Amino acid sequence: MDENRKTPLFDLHVALGGKIVGFAGYDLPVQYTGVLPEHLHTRTKAGLFDVSHMGQCVVAGPSYAAVAQALESLIPVDIAGLADGRQRYGFLTNDAGGIRDDLMLARRGDSVFMVVNAACKAADIAHIRAHLPDGVKLTEVTDRALLALQGPLAENALATLNPAARSMRFMDVIDMALAGVTCWVSRSGYTGEDGYEISVPAAQAEPLAVALLDLPDVAPIGLGARDSLRLEAGLCLYGHDIDDTTTPVAAGLTWAIQKVRRPGGARAGGYPGADIIGAELADAPPTARVGLLPDGRAPMREGVEIFADADAQTPIGRITSGGFGPTVQRPVAMALIDRGFAAPGTALCAELRGKRLPVTVAAMPFTPANFKR
Amino acid sequence: MLKFTEEHEWLRVEDDLVVVGITEHAATQLGDIVFVELPDEGAVVVKDDEAVVIESVKAASDILAPLSGEIVEVNTTLNDNPGLVNDDPIGDGWFFKMSVEDMSQLDEYLDEAAYKKLIG
Repeated sequence: MDENRKTPLFDLHVALGGKIVGFAGYDLPVQYTGVLPEHLHTRTKAGLFDVSHMGQCVVAGPSYAAVAQALESLIPVDIAGLADGRQRYGFLTNDAGGIRDDLMLARRGDSVFMVVNAACKAADIAHIRAHLPDGVKLTEVTDRALLALQGPLAENALATLNPAARSMRFMDVIDMALAGVTCWVSRSGYTGEDGYEISVPAAQAEPLAVALLDLPDVAPIGLGARDSLRLEAGLCLYGHDIDDTTTPVAAGLTWAIQKVRRPGGARAGGYPGADIIGAELADAPPTARVGLLPDGRAPMREGVEIFADADAQTPIGRITSGGFGPTVQRPVAMALIDRGFAAPGTALCAELRGKRLPVTVAAMPFTPANFKR
Repeated sequence: MLKFTEEHEWLRVEDDLVVVGITEHAATQLGDIVFVELPDEGAVVVKDDEAVVIESVKAASDILAPLSGEIVEVNTTLNDNPGLVNDDPIGDGWFFKMSVEDMSQLDEYLDEAAYKKLIG
Protein backbone atom coordinates (compact mmCIF):
# COMPACT_ATOMS: atom_id res chain seq x y z
CA MET A 1 0.00 0.00 0.00
CA ASP A 2 1.19 3.50 -0.76
CA GLU A 3 2.18 5.55 2.20
CA ASN A 4 0.33 8.79 2.70
CA ARG A 5 2.12 12.00 1.92
CA LYS A 6 2.99 14.44 4.66
CA THR A 7 2.59 18.21 4.55
CA PRO A 8 5.38 20.57 5.69
CA LEU A 9 3.48 20.94 8.99
CA PHE A 10 3.26 17.22 9.79
CA ASP A 11 5.80 17.29 12.62
CA LEU A 12 4.05 20.31 14.14
CA HIS A 13 0.67 18.53 14.05
CA VAL A 14 2.17 15.61 15.93
CA ALA A 15 3.92 17.90 18.42
CA LEU A 16 0.62 19.71 19.04
CA GLY A 17 -1.12 16.42 19.84
CA GLY A 18 -3.08 16.19 16.61
CA LYS A 19 -4.84 12.88 15.95
CA ILE A 20 -3.53 11.95 12.50
CA VAL A 21 -5.73 10.29 9.88
CA GLY A 22 -5.37 9.59 6.18
CA PHE A 23 -7.29 12.05 4.01
CA ALA A 24 -7.03 12.35 0.21
CA GLY A 25 -3.65 10.62 0.31
CA TYR A 26 -2.21 12.81 3.08
CA ASP A 27 -1.60 12.30 6.78
CA LEU A 28 -3.48 15.17 8.41
CA PRO A 29 -4.88 15.96 11.87
CA VAL A 30 -8.59 15.23 12.25
CA GLN A 31 -8.56 17.00 15.61
CA TYR A 32 -6.34 18.27 18.40
CA THR A 33 -8.55 18.87 21.45
CA GLY A 34 -11.87 17.84 19.87
CA VAL A 35 -14.11 18.74 16.97
CA LEU A 36 -16.63 20.60 19.12
CA PRO A 37 -14.24 22.98 20.94
CA GLU A 38 -12.23 23.55 17.74
CA HIS A 39 -15.38 24.41 15.78
CA LEU A 40 -16.54 26.87 18.44
CA HIS A 41 -13.06 28.39 18.74
CA THR A 42 -13.06 29.15 15.01
CA ARG A 43 -16.52 30.77 15.16
CA THR A 44 -15.58 32.97 18.13
CA LYS A 45 -11.81 33.56 17.83
CA ALA A 46 -9.39 32.34 15.15
CA GLY A 47 -8.48 28.85 13.96
CA LEU A 48 -5.41 27.81 11.99
CA PHE A 49 -5.89 25.01 9.45
CA ASP A 50 -3.29 23.15 7.40
CA VAL A 51 -4.78 22.83 3.92
CA SER A 52 -1.49 22.05 2.22
CA HIS A 53 -3.00 18.88 0.75
CA MET A 54 -5.00 21.04 -1.65
CA GLY A 55 -3.58 21.55 -5.12
CA GLN A 56 -1.91 24.87 -5.88
CA CYS A 57 -1.26 25.76 -9.53
CA VAL A 58 -0.18 28.77 -11.52
CA VAL A 59 -1.40 29.25 -15.08
CA ALA A 60 0.73 31.71 -17.04
CA GLY A 61 1.04 32.78 -20.66
CA PRO A 62 2.00 35.62 -22.95
CA SER A 63 -0.69 37.89 -21.51
CA TYR A 64 -3.45 37.81 -18.94
CA ALA A 65 -5.99 37.84 -21.79
CA ALA A 66 -4.46 34.66 -23.20
CA VAL A 67 -4.50 32.93 -19.81
CA ALA A 68 -8.10 33.98 -19.13
CA GLN A 69 -9.27 32.90 -22.57
CA ALA A 70 -7.69 29.47 -22.08
CA LEU A 71 -9.23 28.96 -18.66
CA GLU A 72 -12.64 30.27 -19.71
CA SER A 73 -12.74 27.38 -22.21
CA LEU A 74 -12.86 25.03 -19.20
CA ILE A 75 -14.46 27.09 -16.41
CA PRO A 76 -17.83 28.88 -16.83
CA VAL A 77 -16.96 32.00 -14.87
CA ASP A 78 -15.76 35.48 -15.79
CA ILE A 79 -11.98 35.16 -15.63
CA ALA A 80 -11.13 37.80 -18.25
CA GLY A 81 -12.97 40.39 -16.18
CA LEU A 82 -11.21 39.51 -12.93
CA ALA A 83 -9.28 42.52 -11.64
CA ASP A 84 -5.66 42.08 -10.62
CA GLY A 85 -5.51 41.07 -6.98
CA ARG A 86 -9.00 39.61 -6.91
CA GLN A 87 -10.18 36.04 -6.41
CA ARG A 88 -13.28 34.18 -7.56
CA TYR A 89 -14.94 30.79 -6.93
CA GLY A 90 -15.43 28.53 -9.93
CA PHE A 91 -15.53 24.98 -11.22
CA LEU A 92 -14.30 22.79 -14.03
CA THR A 93 -17.19 21.21 -15.92
CA ASN A 94 -17.51 18.09 -18.04
CA ASP A 95 -19.36 17.52 -21.30
CA ALA A 96 -22.53 16.50 -19.42
CA GLY A 97 -22.51 19.77 -17.50
CA GLY A 98 -21.34 18.02 -14.33
CA ILE A 99 -18.72 19.45 -12.01
CA ARG A 100 -15.25 17.92 -12.37
CA ASP A 101 -14.01 19.95 -9.41
CA ASP A 102 -14.68 23.23 -7.68
CA LEU A 103 -11.85 25.66 -7.12
CA MET A 104 -10.67 29.15 -6.27
CA LEU A 105 -8.90 31.24 -8.87
CA ALA A 106 -7.01 34.44 -8.23
CA ARG A 107 -5.50 36.92 -10.64
CA ARG A 108 -1.92 37.75 -9.71
CA GLY A 109 -0.62 40.07 -12.40
CA ASP A 110 -0.75 38.28 -15.73
CA SER A 111 -1.17 34.83 -14.23
CA VAL A 112 -3.91 32.92 -12.43
CA PHE A 113 -3.27 31.13 -9.15
CA MET A 114 -5.67 28.26 -8.57
CA VAL A 115 -6.45 26.16 -5.51
CA VAL A 116 -8.16 22.85 -6.26
CA ASN A 117 -9.34 19.89 -4.17
CA ALA A 118 -6.68 17.41 -3.07
CA ALA A 119 -8.56 14.36 -4.32
CA CYS A 120 -9.03 15.91 -7.77
CA LYS A 121 -5.74 17.70 -8.29
CA ALA A 122 -3.94 15.14 -10.45
CA ALA A 123 -6.95 14.79 -12.74
CA ASP A 124 -7.54 18.56 -12.81
CA ILE A 125 -3.96 19.30 -13.78
CA ALA A 126 -3.95 16.69 -16.54
CA HIS A 127 -7.31 17.93 -17.84
CA ILE A 128 -6.30 21.59 -17.87
CA ARG A 129 -2.91 20.91 -19.45
CA ALA A 130 -4.52 18.83 -22.17
CA HIS A 131 -6.66 21.81 -23.15
CA LEU A 132 -4.24 24.71 -22.89
CA PRO A 133 -3.12 26.33 -26.14
CA ASP A 134 0.54 26.67 -27.02
CA GLY A 135 2.19 29.32 -24.89
CA VAL A 136 -0.12 28.99 -21.91
CA LYS A 137 1.36 26.75 -19.22
CA LEU A 138 0.11 25.27 -15.96
CA THR A 139 2.72 24.79 -13.24
CA GLU A 140 1.86 22.82 -10.15
CA VAL A 141 3.17 24.58 -7.08
CA THR A 142 4.71 21.81 -4.98
CA ASP A 143 7.11 23.85 -2.86
CA ARG A 144 4.54 25.83 -0.90
CA ALA A 145 2.26 24.96 2.00
CA LEU A 146 -1.24 26.39 2.33
CA LEU A 147 -2.58 27.62 5.66
CA ALA A 148 -6.04 28.95 6.43
CA LEU A 149 -6.58 31.36 9.31
CA GLN A 150 -10.30 31.65 9.94
CA GLY A 151 -12.55 33.37 12.43
CA PRO A 152 -13.67 36.80 13.66
CA LEU A 153 -10.26 37.45 15.27
CA ALA A 154 -8.27 36.30 12.21
CA GLU A 155 -7.78 39.90 11.07
CA ASN A 156 -6.35 40.98 14.42
CA ALA A 157 -4.10 37.96 14.50
CA LEU A 158 -2.67 38.33 10.99
CA ALA A 159 -2.36 42.10 11.37
CA THR A 160 -0.04 41.47 14.33
CA LEU A 161 2.39 39.95 11.83
CA ASN A 162 1.65 42.42 9.02
CA PRO A 163 -0.80 45.34 9.32
CA ALA A 164 -1.55 45.08 5.59
CA ALA A 165 -3.95 42.27 6.51
CA ARG A 166 -6.44 44.90 7.69
CA SER A 167 -6.72 46.67 4.36
CA MET A 168 -7.87 43.58 2.46
CA ARG A 169 -11.51 43.00 1.54
CA PHE A 170 -13.20 39.63 1.05
CA MET A 171 -11.63 37.90 -1.99
CA ASP A 172 -8.68 40.32 -2.25
CA VAL A 173 -5.32 38.70 -3.01
CA ILE A 174 -1.96 40.31 -2.21
CA ASP A 175 1.67 39.41 -1.65
CA MET A 176 2.47 39.91 2.01
CA ALA A 177 5.63 39.48 4.07
CA LEU A 178 4.92 37.08 6.94
CA ALA A 179 7.55 35.47 9.15
CA GLY A 180 10.23 36.98 6.96
CA VAL A 181 9.04 35.57 3.64
CA THR A 182 6.70 36.63 0.87
CA CYS A 183 3.35 34.85 1.08
CA TRP A 184 0.43 34.86 -1.34
CA VAL A 185 -2.52 35.81 0.84
CA SER A 186 -6.20 35.90 -0.02
CA ARG A 187 -8.98 37.10 2.25
CA SER A 188 -11.15 34.03 1.94
CA GLY A 189 -11.69 30.57 3.30
CA TYR A 190 -14.24 27.81 3.58
CA THR A 191 -15.75 28.16 7.04
CA GLY A 192 -18.26 30.97 6.55
CA GLU A 193 -16.05 33.18 8.70
CA ASP A 194 -13.81 36.08 7.82
CA GLY A 195 -10.24 34.93 7.35
CA TYR A 196 -7.28 34.34 5.10
CA GLU A 197 -5.67 31.62 3.05
CA ILE A 198 -1.89 31.88 3.03
CA SER A 199 0.36 30.19 0.48
CA VAL A 200 3.80 30.07 2.09
CA PRO A 201 7.12 28.54 0.95
CA ALA A 202 7.33 25.07 2.50
CA ALA A 203 10.46 25.80 4.55
CA GLN A 204 8.80 28.79 6.22
CA ALA A 205 5.44 27.10 6.83
CA GLU A 206 6.26 25.86 10.31
CA PRO A 207 7.79 29.14 11.57
CA LEU A 208 4.74 31.01 10.25
CA ALA A 209 2.31 28.53 11.83
CA VAL A 210 4.16 28.74 15.15
CA ALA A 211 4.16 32.56 15.02
CA LEU A 212 0.39 32.51 14.48
CA LEU A 213 -0.24 29.86 17.13
CA ASP A 214 1.80 31.88 19.62
CA LEU A 215 -0.87 34.60 19.44
CA PRO A 216 -3.39 34.31 22.27
CA ASP A 217 -6.53 33.88 20.16
CA VAL A 218 -5.21 31.40 17.57
CA ALA A 219 -5.59 27.63 18.01
CA PRO A 220 -4.87 24.73 15.63
CA ILE A 221 -7.98 23.20 14.05
CA GLY A 222 -8.32 19.76 12.46
CA LEU A 223 -10.22 18.36 9.50
CA GLY A 224 -13.21 17.40 11.65
CA ALA A 225 -14.09 20.98 12.52
CA ARG A 226 -13.22 22.10 9.00
CA ASP A 227 -16.04 19.85 7.81
CA SER A 228 -18.60 20.91 10.42
CA LEU A 229 -17.78 24.59 9.82
CA ARG A 230 -18.23 24.38 6.05
CA LEU A 231 -21.42 22.36 6.51
CA GLU A 232 -22.99 25.00 8.77
CA ALA A 233 -21.84 27.63 6.27
CA GLY A 234 -23.75 25.79 3.52
CA LEU A 235 -20.61 25.27 1.44
CA CYS A 236 -20.35 22.26 -0.88
CA LEU A 237 -17.88 19.47 -0.28
CA TYR A 238 -16.69 18.02 -3.59
CA GLY A 239 -17.34 14.30 -3.93
CA HIS A 240 -20.29 14.55 -1.56
CA ASP A 241 -22.61 17.51 -2.22
CA ILE A 242 -21.36 17.96 -5.76
CA ASP A 243 -19.60 15.65 -8.18
CA ASP A 244 -19.26 14.94 -11.89
CA THR A 245 -22.97 14.10 -12.12
CA THR A 246 -24.16 17.34 -10.45
CA THR A 247 -24.58 20.40 -12.63
CA PRO A 248 -23.91 23.87 -11.20
CA VAL A 249 -27.62 24.66 -11.57
CA ALA A 250 -28.74 21.57 -9.64
CA ALA A 251 -26.10 22.38 -7.04
CA GLY A 252 -27.40 25.92 -6.58
CA LEU A 253 -24.10 27.44 -7.70
CA THR A 254 -25.44 29.60 -10.51
CA TRP A 255 -24.33 32.71 -8.60
CA ALA A 256 -20.79 31.74 -9.62
CA ILE A 257 -21.63 31.96 -13.34
CA GLN A 258 -21.52 35.65 -14.21
CA LYS A 259 -23.90 37.12 -16.80
CA VAL A 260 -21.12 37.50 -19.35
CA ARG A 261 -20.77 33.68 -19.48
CA ARG A 262 -24.49 32.94 -19.63
CA PRO A 263 -26.58 32.67 -22.79
CA GLY A 264 -26.85 36.17 -24.25
CA GLY A 265 -23.62 37.30 -22.55
CA ALA A 266 -20.61 38.61 -24.48
CA ARG A 267 -18.58 35.45 -23.76
CA ALA A 268 -21.43 32.99 -23.33
CA GLY A 269 -20.69 29.26 -23.32
CA GLY A 270 -17.52 27.90 -24.84
CA TYR A 271 -16.84 25.48 -21.95
CA PRO A 272 -17.63 21.76 -21.57
CA GLY A 273 -21.34 21.14 -21.04
CA ALA A 274 -22.24 24.75 -21.91
CA ASP A 275 -25.32 23.69 -23.89
CA ILE A 276 -26.70 21.71 -20.97
CA ILE A 277 -25.86 24.29 -18.31
CA GLY A 278 -27.13 27.12 -20.51
CA ALA A 279 -30.44 25.32 -21.00
CA GLU A 280 -30.72 24.62 -17.27
CA LEU A 281 -30.16 28.30 -16.46
CA ALA A 282 -33.40 28.98 -18.37
CA ASP A 283 -35.26 25.86 -17.32
CA ALA A 284 -34.14 24.46 -13.96
CA PRO A 285 -33.18 20.77 -13.76
CA PRO A 286 -35.30 18.25 -11.81
CA THR A 287 -33.02 18.12 -8.78
CA ALA A 288 -31.87 20.82 -6.41
CA ARG A 289 -29.39 21.05 -3.56
CA VAL A 290 -31.16 22.19 -0.41
CA GLY A 291 -30.48 22.66 3.26
CA LEU A 292 -32.35 20.38 5.65
CA LEU A 293 -33.01 20.76 9.34
CA PRO A 294 -33.95 17.50 11.06
CA ASP A 295 -36.75 18.36 13.49
CA GLY A 296 -35.34 16.01 16.16
CA ARG A 297 -31.93 15.63 17.73
CA ALA A 298 -30.60 12.74 15.64
CA PRO A 299 -27.86 13.78 13.20
CA MET A 300 -28.48 12.62 9.64
CA ARG A 301 -25.48 11.87 7.49
CA GLU A 302 -24.65 11.26 3.84
CA GLY A 303 -26.81 8.61 2.18
CA VAL A 304 -29.96 9.03 4.28
CA GLU A 305 -32.95 8.91 1.92
CA ILE A 306 -35.57 11.66 1.82
CA PHE A 307 -39.28 11.02 1.26
CA ALA A 308 -42.19 13.36 0.60
CA ASP A 309 -44.06 11.98 3.62
CA ALA A 310 -44.16 9.15 6.13
CA ASP A 311 -45.80 6.69 3.71
CA ALA A 312 -44.25 7.49 0.31
CA GLN A 313 -42.64 4.49 -1.36
CA THR A 314 -40.10 6.23 -3.57
CA PRO A 315 -37.44 8.55 -2.21
CA ILE A 316 -37.29 12.08 -3.62
CA GLY A 317 -33.61 12.41 -2.85
CA ARG A 318 -30.85 11.81 -0.36
CA ILE A 319 -28.64 13.62 2.10
CA THR A 320 -25.25 14.46 0.59
CA SER A 321 -23.61 15.61 3.81
CA GLY A 322 -24.86 16.15 7.30
CA GLY A 323 -24.06 16.03 10.94
CA PHE A 324 -24.30 17.99 14.15
CA GLY A 325 -23.82 21.76 13.88
CA PRO A 326 -21.95 22.85 17.00
CA THR A 327 -22.78 26.55 16.57
CA VAL A 328 -26.47 26.06 15.81
CA GLN A 329 -26.59 23.28 18.42
CA ARG A 330 -28.67 20.98 16.28
CA PRO A 331 -28.27 18.58 13.40
CA VAL A 332 -27.98 20.12 9.92
CA ALA A 333 -27.71 18.56 6.47
CA MET A 334 -27.56 19.21 2.77
CA ALA A 335 -29.51 17.08 0.32
CA LEU A 336 -30.10 16.69 -3.39
CA ILE A 337 -33.86 16.36 -3.83
CA ASP A 338 -36.63 16.68 -6.39
CA ARG A 339 -36.92 20.40 -7.13
CA GLY A 340 -40.69 20.35 -6.55
CA PHE A 341 -40.01 19.94 -2.82
CA ALA A 342 -37.13 22.42 -2.57
CA ALA A 343 -38.92 25.49 -1.20
CA PRO A 344 -37.70 26.47 2.29
CA GLY A 345 -40.22 25.42 4.91
CA THR A 346 -41.32 22.28 3.05
CA ALA A 347 -41.90 19.44 5.54
CA LEU A 348 -40.37 16.13 4.44
CA CYS A 349 -39.33 12.84 6.00
CA ALA A 350 -35.93 11.21 6.25
CA GLU A 351 -35.52 7.48 6.80
CA LEU A 352 -33.01 6.90 9.56
CA ARG A 353 -32.38 3.34 10.75
CA GLY A 354 -35.76 2.23 9.42
CA LYS A 355 -37.75 5.11 10.91
CA ARG A 356 -39.28 8.04 9.06
CA LEU A 357 -38.33 11.20 10.91
CA PRO A 358 -39.50 14.74 10.10
CA VAL A 359 -37.12 17.19 8.43
CA THR A 360 -37.71 20.69 7.07
CA VAL A 361 -36.14 22.30 4.00
CA ALA A 362 -34.18 25.34 5.16
CA ALA A 363 -32.32 28.22 3.56
CA MET A 364 -28.53 28.12 3.82
CA PRO A 365 -26.19 29.08 5.35
CA PHE A 366 -27.31 27.67 8.69
CA THR A 367 -25.06 30.20 10.40
CA PRO A 368 -24.82 33.73 8.96
CA ALA A 369 -21.68 34.36 6.91
CA ASN A 370 -19.22 36.73 8.53
CA PHE A 371 -17.22 37.96 5.52
CA LYS A 372 -15.58 41.38 5.35
CA ARG A 373 -17.15 42.70 2.15
CA MET B 1 -19.71 -6.68 40.12
CA LEU B 2 -18.31 -4.75 37.14
CA LYS B 3 -17.49 -6.44 33.85
CA PHE B 4 -16.21 -5.13 30.52
CA THR B 5 -16.62 -6.17 26.90
CA GLU B 6 -13.90 -5.94 24.28
CA GLU B 7 -16.21 -3.45 22.56
CA HIS B 8 -15.66 -1.07 25.49
CA GLU B 9 -18.99 -1.49 27.23
CA TRP B 10 -19.24 -1.88 30.99
CA LEU B 11 -21.83 -4.05 32.73
CA ARG B 12 -22.66 -3.54 36.38
CA VAL B 13 -24.86 -5.96 38.31
CA GLU B 14 -27.31 -4.06 40.51
CA ASP B 15 -29.61 -6.38 42.46
CA ASP B 16 -31.13 -8.58 39.75
CA LEU B 17 -30.52 -6.13 36.89
CA VAL B 18 -27.51 -5.41 34.68
CA VAL B 19 -26.72 -1.73 33.95
CA VAL B 20 -24.89 -1.09 30.66
CA GLY B 21 -22.81 1.86 29.47
CA ILE B 22 -19.56 2.60 27.67
CA THR B 23 -16.16 3.08 29.20
CA GLU B 24 -14.28 6.33 29.59
CA HIS B 25 -11.80 5.04 26.99
CA ALA B 26 -14.64 4.60 24.47
CA ALA B 27 -16.20 7.97 25.28
CA THR B 28 -12.86 9.69 24.79
CA GLN B 29 -12.28 7.92 21.48
CA LEU B 30 -15.76 8.87 20.21
CA GLY B 31 -15.31 12.54 21.07
CA ASP B 32 -18.13 14.89 21.95
CA ILE B 33 -21.36 12.91 21.95
CA VAL B 34 -24.32 14.88 20.62
CA PHE B 35 -27.08 12.26 20.41
CA VAL B 36 -27.88 8.89 21.92
CA GLU B 37 -30.66 6.73 20.48
CA LEU B 38 -31.81 4.39 23.23
CA PRO B 39 -33.82 1.18 22.85
CA ASP B 40 -37.47 1.02 23.86
CA GLU B 41 -38.24 0.01 27.42
CA GLY B 42 -39.70 -3.47 27.31
CA ALA B 43 -37.76 -4.45 24.20
CA VAL B 44 -36.44 -7.99 24.22
CA VAL B 45 -32.96 -8.16 22.78
CA VAL B 46 -30.66 -10.96 21.79
CA LYS B 47 -26.95 -10.68 22.45
CA ASP B 48 -25.26 -8.69 19.63
CA ASP B 49 -28.49 -7.00 18.54
CA GLU B 50 -27.98 -3.30 17.85
CA ALA B 51 -29.16 -1.66 21.07
CA VAL B 52 -27.93 1.93 21.10
CA VAL B 53 -26.73 4.38 18.45
CA ILE B 54 -24.27 7.00 19.63
CA GLU B 55 -23.63 10.03 17.47
CA SER B 56 -20.54 12.07 18.13
CA VAL B 57 -19.63 15.19 16.19
CA LYS B 58 -17.49 12.89 14.05
CA ALA B 59 -19.56 9.76 13.37
CA ALA B 60 -22.30 7.36 14.36
CA SER B 61 -21.43 4.23 16.34
CA ASP B 62 -23.54 1.21 17.19
CA ILE B 63 -23.56 -0.35 20.62
CA LEU B 64 -24.58 -3.99 20.60
CA ALA B 65 -26.55 -5.67 23.37
CA PRO B 66 -23.89 -7.47 25.43
CA LEU B 67 -26.40 -9.97 26.81
CA SER B 68 -29.76 -11.48 25.89
CA GLY B 69 -32.62 -10.18 27.98
CA GLU B 70 -35.24 -7.47 28.37
CA ILE B 71 -34.58 -3.74 28.47
CA VAL B 72 -36.41 -2.64 31.61
CA GLU B 73 -35.24 0.95 31.94
CA VAL B 74 -33.39 3.46 29.74
CA ASN B 75 -31.54 6.61 30.80
CA THR B 76 -33.90 9.23 29.37
CA THR B 77 -31.76 12.07 30.72
CA LEU B 78 -29.44 11.35 27.77
CA ASN B 79 -32.15 12.62 25.39
CA ASP B 80 -31.60 16.17 26.61
CA ASN B 81 -28.04 15.79 27.82
CA PRO B 82 -26.09 13.29 25.69
CA GLY B 83 -22.86 14.90 26.90
CA LEU B 84 -23.30 12.98 30.18
CA VAL B 85 -21.74 10.04 28.36
CA ASN B 86 -18.53 12.07 28.03
CA ASP B 87 -18.75 13.67 31.47
CA ASP B 88 -19.54 10.59 33.53
CA PRO B 89 -19.51 7.50 31.31
CA ILE B 90 -19.42 4.97 34.10
CA GLY B 91 -21.99 6.78 36.27
CA ASP B 92 -24.72 9.17 35.09
CA GLY B 93 -23.94 8.35 31.45
CA TRP B 94 -25.37 4.82 31.62
CA PHE B 95 -27.59 3.64 28.73
CA PHE B 96 -30.03 0.98 29.93
CA LYS B 97 -30.83 -1.63 32.56
CA MET B 98 -31.58 -5.20 31.51
CA SER B 99 -33.19 -8.12 33.22
CA VAL B 100 -31.26 -11.21 32.30
CA GLU B 101 -32.38 -14.76 32.91
CA ASP B 102 -28.96 -16.29 32.68
CA MET B 103 -26.44 -14.28 34.66
CA SER B 104 -23.75 -16.76 33.67
CA GLN B 105 -23.61 -14.86 30.36
CA LEU B 106 -21.50 -12.35 32.26
CA ASP B 107 -18.77 -14.87 32.87
CA GLU B 108 -17.30 -14.51 29.40
CA TYR B 109 -16.55 -10.82 29.91
CA LEU B 110 -13.44 -9.15 31.26
CA ASP B 111 -12.84 -8.03 34.79
CA GLU B 112 -11.44 -4.54 35.36
CA ALA B 113 -7.80 -5.67 35.42
CA ALA B 114 -8.17 -7.56 32.14
CA TYR B 115 -9.96 -4.60 30.50
CA LYS B 116 -7.27 -2.17 31.59
CA LYS B 117 -4.70 -4.48 30.06
CA LEU B 118 -6.73 -4.55 26.81
CA ILE B 119 -6.72 -0.77 26.44
CA GLY B 120 -3.08 -0.58 27.48
